[in-house]
Amino acid sequence: MSFDVEKYFSDITGGSPILHFKGNIDADLINRMLDTVEEKLVLINEDPKLRKKVYNVLVESLQNLYHHVDKVPEGFEDQTAERFGIFTLLKVNDGYKIITGNFVRNEGVNELEEKLKRINSSTHEEITELYKFILNHQRISSKGGGGLGLVDIARKTGNKLDYLFKRYDDNNSFFYLNILVDNKK
Amino acid sequence: MEPIFIEGTPKTPTIRFDANEGVFEIKGRSIPENSVEFYKPLVDWLDQYKESPLGKTVVNIRLEYFNTSSSKCILDVFKKLESIHKAKNDVEVNWYYEEDDEDMLEAGEDYESIIRVPFKMIEIVE
Repeated sequence: MSFDVEKYFSDITGGSPILHFKGNIDADLINRMLDTVEEKLVLINEDPKLRKKVYNVLVESLQNLYHHVDKVPEGFEDQTAERFGIFTLLKVNDGYKIITGNFVRNEGVNELEEKLKRINSSTHEEITELYKFILNHQRISSKGGGGLGLVDIARKTGNKLDYLFKRYDDNNSFFYLNILVDNKK
Repeated sequence: MEPIFIEGTPKTPTIRFDANEGVFEIKGRSIPENSVEFYKPLVDWLDQYKESPLGKTVVNIRLEYFNTSSSKCILDVFKKLESIHKAKNDVEVNWYYEEDDEDMLEAGEDYESIIRVPFKMIEIVE
């Protein structure tokens, strides 16, 4: 039932990425990616407002991977990665696309999908209220996340979160998150 | 009380908390993976300061970026300041944001709506 995660990812992302990574997501890697992207965006003279937004969303999406990825399935090609994730940054017409992929246990899919649906059906004002509510009422989890990452991404970009769960085997699915960061908001 | 001075890094902010001056500053980037580890000593320090604060405490927040995990820790810092204010001491928060950085302005407004301490939003014009 399993499939080629890498191939599937490149099929759905398309285009030529500014940055692409597959493997273990640790703090050093996040530092390097952030530095690289920041340098590149300065080098091409990207609008400072958009540059900041991309950086912010990049921090949240990479740290979401860092805090939330589940263990890779047995039999998956890369068993060395404690936190396996795929990450791509693409330039598109109006801005940038940040696409991430990681394994989630099937039993966790519903909860995550409900959260995404709730965010996507909310207005900007509702997202702001939701953000403030979580900020004020939810403690930092044992995984180290604050439960605010996706809400913050939706709030800062003003765009719907495009996502997909693809079943990998009986216990695992692969979760893709496709974020458009533009200057619309 | 010993002041806290912490040099900033690419992922953690510069901290200057001086109990003798009553001026506290958080400046730079706050995007560590483990923000609790960074902020806990500050929150503990404020707990001590709370026991005998100066009549007036000024807090300058001048952040370029902060992640959502820091946002909760910064709220913890503000909650300590709120209790100092509640005990009839002057506390003033100056929230700085760069020109056109609406996200940072909105973030300041979030805190202003949660915390009962006077906030001043200050735009940095280059």
